[in-house]
Amino acid sequence: MSAALIDIADLSIGFTTRAGALAPVLRHIDLTVRSGETIGIVGESGSGKSTLALAAMGYLKPGLNMLGGTVRFAGQDMFAPGAIVPRIRGGRLALIPQNAGQALTPSMRIGAQIAEALRLHTSLPTAVHDARVIDLLARVRLAAPSELVARYPHELSGGQQQRVAIAMALAGEPEALLLDEPTTGLDVTTQAHVLELLRDLAADTGMAMVYVSHDLGAIARVCASIAVMYAGEIVAEGTARQVLRTPAHPYASGLIAAIPVLRAPRLPRPLEGRPPAPGAAGPGCAFAPRCALAEAACRTSPIGLVPAPGGGHVRCRRAEEAIHLPLRNEGPLRTPHDDNAATSLLRLDDITVRYARPSLWQQITGQHPSAPPVVDGIALDLRPGETIGLVGESGSGKSTILKTIAGLIAPLRGTTSLTGTTLAPRVAQRPVGALRSVQLIFQNPDESLNPRQTIATILAQPLSLYFGLTGAALQARAGELLAQVRLGPHYLERLPSQLSGGEKQRVAIARAFAADPDIVLCDEVTSALDVSVQAAVLALLDALRRARGTACLFVSHDLGVVRALADRVVVLYQGRICETGPAETVYTTPLHPYTEALLGAVLEPDPDYTPRLLAADVIEQGPPARGCPFQNRCHRRLGPECHTVTPPTQDLGDGHLVRCHIPFTRLTETAL
Amino acid sequence: MAVLARMLARPSGAIGLGLVALHLLAAVLSPWITPYDPTVIDAALMFAPPGAGHWLGTDQLGRDILTRTLLGGREAILVTLVATPISVAWGGLAGIHLGLAGGRLDDVLMRVVDAVLALPWILKMLLIIVTFGAGVNVLIPTLAFFYGVPVIRVARAATQGVVARDFIAAARARGHSRVAIVWHELLPNVLDALMVEGAMRWSWMLLAFSSLSFLGFGVAPPTPDWGLMIADSRSFMAIAPWAALAPVAALSTLIIGINFAADALAKAVGLDRAQSAPH
Repeated sequence: MSAALIDIADLSIGFTTRAGALAPVLRHIDLTVRSGETIGIVGESGSGKSTLALAAMGYLKPGLNMLGGTVRFAGQDMFAPGAIVPRIRGGRLALIPQNAGQALTPSMRIGAQIAEALRLHTSLPTAVHDARVIDLLARVRLAAPSELVARYPHELSGGQQQRVAIAMALAGEPEALLLDEPTTGLDVTTQAHVLELLRDLAADTGMAMVYVSHDLGAIARVCASIAVMYAGEIVAEGTARQVLRTPAHPYASGLIAAIPVLRAPRLPRPLEGRPPAPGAAGPGCAFAPRCALAEAACRTSPIGLVPAPGGGHVRCRRAEEAIHLPLRNEGPLRTPHDDNAATSLLRLDDITVRYARPSLWQQITGQHPSAPPVVDGIALDLRPGETIGLVGESGSGKSTILKTIAGLIAPLRGTTSLTGTTLAPRVAQRPVGALRSVQLIFQNPDESLNPRQTIATILAQPLSLYFGLTGAALQARAGELLAQVRLGPHYLERLPSQLSGGEKQRVAIARAFAADPDIVLCDEVTSALDVSVQAAVLALLDALRRARGTACLFVSHDLGVVRALADRVVVLYQGRICETGPAETVYTTPLHPYTEALLGAVLEPDPDYTPRLLAADVIEQGPPARGCPFQNRCHRRLGPECHTVTPPTQDLGDGHLVRCHIPFTRLTETAL
Repeated sequence: MAVLARMLARPSGAIGLGLVALHLLAAVLSPWITPYDPTVIDAALMFAPPGAGHWLGTDQLGRDILTRTLLGGREAILVTLVATPISVAWGGLAGIHLGLAGGRLDDVLMRVVDAVLALPWILKMLLIIVTFGAGVNVLIPTLAFFYGVPVIRVARAATQGVVARDFIAAARARGHSRVAIVWHELLPNVLDALMVEGAMRWSWMLLAFSSLSFLGFGVAPPTPDWGLMIADSRSFMAIAPWAALAPVAALSTLIIGINFAADALAKAVGLDRAQSAPH
């Protein structure tokens, strides 16, 4: 066994609160990474995992202080004063940040940025830099690297930017890579490709990797071992197999059970409660307040890392019982809403949206932009009480469709009708009743709740607008609504900034349901939340919706989440419908090549699971003018007709429609 | 109240608010606490240096400078205290509406704003005063109008930062009226910027008012007024520097106080951090 490359011993980092108290963010962390090892650090937001990654580089965010311990890289103290650390950083030890788009210099060409890393961290003669840059770009599997060097970062897609960041990190031939959520924010199919690249790099170069993420699926794909962090401590560590298959800490098994799965239409199991704020953890186990197995001793006396029953180490008194905790929600499967009554609640007909408005000059000269519409020909029928999942990657037009239904965007053509009545394209022209019955819930509650309004004021907006409630009646109703989203009445006088992310999203849900809507439009409502909080919010949303018989149009890029909620699914690519049908059918026998590729790229928190990379990893600049929207990436492209002719809609019965040139008889053959 | 406490917690805020409070107090109480008549001329006392009877000395007509300095801010403070809220209110509302409306109307009107701002202020003010005469009933609307124009810019910029956020989209989708969106959703988020801007505008207006008096277009003699006092004593700087120093000190401490307070207010409401990332 080789010597430790990264050696973190008894590391504690914290900040001083306004009251003068010391709040630790990391508590007594011991972590050793040897050459060739790949370690995943997983935890919810606020668990200290990013602080740990930065500390490994000898860096603390402003306001944080070392409280004790050491960080060494190849024997060198990373917090010792001196000039050696900057030379290690970026060279022997490189960081790949979460958002490569922001980490790259916007005004510098790709080639120049990588050459800069070569100049700083290698002794290569300048003459060979150009060739080496192209080498590196090819190594991260970017197509046409010799053309790419002259591009600027904004001309690349998110996935390409992340690859460039990886190439830059590789420039100094690092011995260890730190990855801070490197695929968060990437599309499912792009993420799968980047993860394969990282996995192969680790295998080929023998680099050590520390992979920080909240996503157990991504970690399972890349890392051989895993450390689980909670409230600034490592609570479980071991090989990926030990931690994911036989987790001996209730928090670890709770995290795994909270991940929505594709296999069955079932809500994930929520992990109730929230982690303690820095400095607020009690003397005992920090997880005890949320733990089903907690006993009196857990709360009062501290517990060290002990060997776990399934292998590895765990910080739990009751590890013997914890390994038997179920890793799935054992609850009943969701029964699809099966009311095939012909009444349509919401109907979209040929909705087509184009953002580019003709300029004054184009209006005068009669020239109009000819870019294809971002959303084209969307037809949809939502029945009362039904949930339709709209799935697709970024740029698929999901949010645009919701905003068009809500009347915030006027479509180029097409109509939205509610119980048979055609709605005006714009909010301002719609009757109040129609507005009340369609309510939007947004992705990020930090954006959708007014930071200057108390929760009471926020909930009062729809109540006074639609029902004319005032005074005591208004207060009482607002309290009822909060109770329905399981928040106490004392939240009424708080501001959004005093609530956690999950609580804020509950308030946003309460505000939507305050209107007593017939339809809720959910726009990625859980994508800004931690996975454990997501499970609780999904369960709440589903319970509320069922109790009131509210129909739901649920937009998400997360196929697992849609699987948990939706009765029917619409798969979108580049603003065009590829496939639509009952959720069960589409998930078990996907027919459209894009649906197949999407489902294949979904990750599982399982070290033995291999995603299937079907779709070609190319970037799309926008929807194609003619032919199939998926033509450039399709792994089953037939021939020229895919590029020139709009694919026909094939009806397989039971509302299952596929838009593809390949006859469905052949599509079904391969799907089986 | 929390904002006030946070302002007072900073040295600049405490000093600034202290200075402003002192000046307001002096302006209100001066008619009762001043020891002499500000307008009585006494040739025997001409240019008396600061001493026991006249703490700050006397001017070229033998009038007590302490008395005149204490009273000399009343007109300026009264006029600007009326004009400032009017300028912030109209400029703020116009800016919020332009920020919300956007489009061609916004484009055109902002160019008009640019044009008005491009003219030197003294030219604009003098043009109005020469046409309509001096006096409070002309000065207040004139100051309120011209000093409201830059407020449009600030309010519009602050609004544009808020308009794109989802809570505005949510309010629009619910079907609230434009007035309700401005009042309930936008104004609370723009108010901080307007308050800071108002404080800054106040100090600019005080300077403008005093400058006009200095030039002879503001307060008419013999009413004591800082600008006027500085203008009168200018010729005698060499023999009686105290006559000019007292009004200069009074005006500057008030301006500095307002600026300190505005700065502390901006920090207390987090406006100075508004540009940085939300983490």
